[in-house]
Amino acid sequence: MVLNMGPQHPSTHGVLRLLLELDGETLLKAVPDIGFLHTGIEKEFEVKTYQQGVTLTDRIDYLAPLSNNLVYCLAAEKLLGLEIPEHAQWMRVMLAELTRLNSHLVWLATHAIDIGAMSVFLYCFREREEILRIFEMFSGQRMMTSYFRIGGLALPAPRGWQKKVKDFIDIFPEKIDQYENLLTNNQIWIGRTKGVGYISLEDMLDLGVTGPMLRAAGLKIDARKDSPYSSYEKFDFEVPTRTENDVYARYLLRVEEMRQSTKIIRQALEGMPSGSHQADAPGVVLPDREKMKTQMESLIYHFKIVTEGFRVPEGEVYQAVESPRGEVGCYMVSDGTQKPFRVHWRGPSFGNLQCTGKLIEGTLIADVIAALGSMDFVLGDTDR
Amino acid sequence: MEFLVITGVKLALILFIFMTALAYLQWVERKVIAHVQVRMGPSRVGPHGLLQPLADVIKLITKEGVLPPHVNKFYYLAAPFFAVFMALISISIIPFGTDLTIPAITLGGATYGPWKTMMELADVNVGVLLILAVSSLGVYGIALAGWSSNNKYALLGGLRSSAQMISYELPMSLAIAAPLLTAGSLSLRTIADTQTGFYFGVIPHWAIFQFPAPQIFSFIIFMIAAFAETNRIPFDLPEAENELVAGFHVEYSSMSFAAFFMAEYANMVTVCSVATILYLGGWQPLFPASLGSDLIAPLLLAGCGAICLYHGLHPARPFDRITLPVFAVVFFGLAGLMAFPPTIPILMPIFWFLAKLLFLLFLFVWIRATLPRFRYDQLMGFAWKFLFPVALLNLLITGFLVALAS
Repeated sequence: MVLNMGPQHPSTHGVLRLLLELDGETLLKAVPDIGFLHTGIEKEFEVKTYQQGVTLTDRIDYLAPLSNNLVYCLAAEKLLGLEIPEHAQWMRVMLAELTRLNSHLVWLATHAIDIGAMSVFLYCFREREEILRIFEMFSGQRMMTSYFRIGGLALPAPRGWQKKVKDFIDIFPEKIDQYENLLTNNQIWIGRTKGVGYISLEDMLDLGVTGPMLRAAGLKIDARKDSPYSSYEKFDFEVPTRTENDVYARYLLRVEEMRQSTKIIRQALEGMPSGSHQADAPGVVLPDREKMKTQMESLIYHFKIVTEGFRVPEGEVYQAVESPRGEVGCYMVSDGTQKPFRVHWRGPSFGNLQCTGKLIEGTLIADVIAALGSMDFVLGDTDR
Repeated sequence: MEFLVITGVKLALILFIFMTALAYLQWVERKVIAHVQVRMGPSRVGPHGLLQPLADVIKLITKEGVLPPHVNKFYYLAAPFFAVFMALISISIIPFGTDLTIPAITLGGATYGPWKTMMELADVNVGVLLILAVSSLGVYGIALAGWSSNNKYALLGGLRSSAQMISYELPMSLAIAAPLLTAGSLSLRTIADTQTGFYFGVIPHWAIFQFPAPQIFSFIIFMIAAFAETNRIPFDLPEAENELVAGFHVEYSSMSFAAFFMAEYANMVTVCSVATILYLGGWQPLFPASLGSDLIAPLLLAGCGAICLYHGLHPARPFDRITLPVFAVVFFGLAGLMAFPPTIPILMPIFWFLAKLLFLLFLFVWIRATLPRFRYDQLMGFAWKFLFPVALLNLLITGFLVALAS
């Protein structure tokens, strides 16, 4: 029997379509079919100025918008040769880690409800709401933040952000304990996840899997440690790894990552250096409102940036960032104009989805759901 | 003639109360789960969403019943009503109180009555067997719905459900057999009556505490199997929404969809009633009346009334000022009724029966809010490799102890 699972199915997390060849409940062959959410974002980068492109990155991986903002900005800044002030860098780290918590919370919520634990879903969304409120406070937007801009941040940090972030990270570790209480030692949860969705490390590397999935297989690869960006080298955190490489290991790993992220946020909060939120680059960064009204040059820069954007020197660059799902990469080619010649996006979800077939073939339908959940893919990121 | 009238009245009463209770059971479930999950639950229709069940029923009745072109029409239409019929039929033999004497009335010189009747529709002497038989037949509703829908998800759901319910029937029957040995009867009323009395004047004579073979394991096995029989989490594989979308009822809409829900809730009430009667002493109180068990009900209701009144005087929402005192008055009225001596022998058994029933139903809801779902093979393994042997062992030990004691 061939069962067509998706694109409209509660557990394919978006519009993934799976053609499952079944023998009773056993899965013989699985053919994943992607492309239902193709939006042509990569092409669209080419008709937008560099600064406008930031808003597109939010839409690629809508659960981790700030990680995507970050990689795009870092790539463009590398081409421009901009030096970002310490304050902005730390702020970026803090918000990127909040994004990781946000994304992992959504992952845990949906993964748990896929396996039937309904309450965990709502508990996770309760905490996610707090994170979204913080995002809203910073950028005025809950999901499509576009808060990182080429040259720094869009706006200076709002008043009272320290208290808001502190309140959140003070309670958050307890909340993680709460989720773990419901799941980690739950016999049904263990039965459903342990030993399910195994794939060998070699296969994973061949297929281009990155991020928590790879770390759950025992390989310690994390762009934050291996090629630090945005002053991640100044933070003290662990990269957790596990070796079992099943759904349960991925669950434990991501929970541990949430704890580590909380640690990074706390460090960022406590040691936040003062300074400007934007680089001192008059041709790239919009001038101060006051200056614009009093100084001729500022007014000219403002006019030029707003009307035609800024020119980026010719060249090509690749920048990788550790997003919640794995390595998100931005390959940017500039031909010296105001618009990028080409932007290629390496979506971690696309790489991770490659192992679907190997992960689920030969298992039961219920395992398909558990294994898909453990991959934590976002279809927007896969199809772009 | 008299018999027919009395039965008719009882039938109407039970059906009316039971159907309303089913709708409100859904309200209770939604509300309890919502509070577990830090939500409000239904709160828009009526005070605290109390009219939500009514709104749901009206919505479902007025919806268009879609008949998909690819279904097997006869079985597709018959399945939900078969399911709900089988679920409702078993409630007719559940006793929920002791005998009842309606005093004679004099009307125009002629005296009618007094009538003596039982608080149940029919006292069948093989009641337990009948319930087991009917609940097995209930599988047909789901299996036929899954098959006739001509949909792969529905088919998988129907298959899962038939396998699951047949597998769990065995440990359930074996678990039930053990208290039957101690009670020595198949009639639910007789079984409940054998649990009257107290050890040392305090410990009730319920089957789970009863000498010579306390049926505590049997009770636990029965409850686990009951979860599987009613397709509730963690055994809700037939309708596993995240795997099979909605399982066997994926193609249903309107009232035929509601019928499956009614069947599920009716089954829940039935198994909880059976558990109450077989293991928790039916309508026997938790401790003897000499220690004041009759006071529990009025005190509890008066307490509820007091809480409502307090919150009504300190309203959190504008409407609470009006609604909560009304509830308080209702609660105080019920408390007064419970404390009124002539009604005590009638209302007290009903109170205790309902208290135990609601506790078990709460357990169902609580677990739904807490546990994840089993996998198909784990479910079958659990039934055959664990529950079945344990139930068998329990039956053997019970039989041995009963033989020893006699």
